[in-house]
Amino acid sequence: MTLVLVLTTMAIFATMALALARALKGPTVYDRINAVNVFGTKTVLIIALITYITGHADLIDVALVYALINFIAVVTVLKLAKTRDLASSSEEATDHD
Amino acid sequence: MIESLVDILSWICLLLGGAVGIIGGLGLVRLPDFFTRLHAAGVAETLCPLLVVLGLVLQSGLSLLTLKLVLILLFLLFTAPTATHAVARAAVIDGIEPETDDTDSEPTPGERSSNT
Repeated sequence: MTLVLVLTTMAIFATMALALARALKGPTVYDRINAVNVFGTKTVLIIALITYITGHADLIDVALVYALINFIAVVTVLKLAKTRDLASSSEEATDHD
Repeated sequence: MIESLVDILSWICLLLGGAVGIIGGLGLVRLPDFFTRLHAAGVAETLCPLLVVLGLVLQSGLSLLTLKLVLILLFLLFTAPTATHAVARAAVIDGIEPETDDTDSEPTPGERSSNT
């Protein structure tokens, strides 16, 4: 049982490594944001799997909170990359690029 | 009998989820274009959590842990397409064009804003 969980964890770690490679390499900034988004999703799955491997049921709350934070973080970084200024509203955002 | 059957089903779901994740990661590295890489990320972000969480739910039966896992799955399935759509829309507005076979089209003008 634990073997299957650990194997799945290893597979997801490999996916995280590939996503990190794309995040470091990616030619456009959107490639990097996309790769970081995949990385965050895989982190949620890793925490859920570790919950079952160790048997500490409390860890699943960490995964839940991470899933919530990840989405906000991706959208925020996307807006920061687009407008270069988080304080500006989208109407008065001039095109800096 | 039923117990072992559910266990085997859970193992299949978990390992299939890991395999789908690796396939999505490989696509994320190997595909040639931003939009095709977005497609690979879509595979790694929806099908992989679905299968892994399904496998874990089959492990734990009916409990509070299952409820929280299903909440995680629901939230991931709602937000992953939204984030992907936002990234794709921002890329299109920034002028990144999909690679096509047209030889007379200009190279992608979005390349110059590549680095932050």
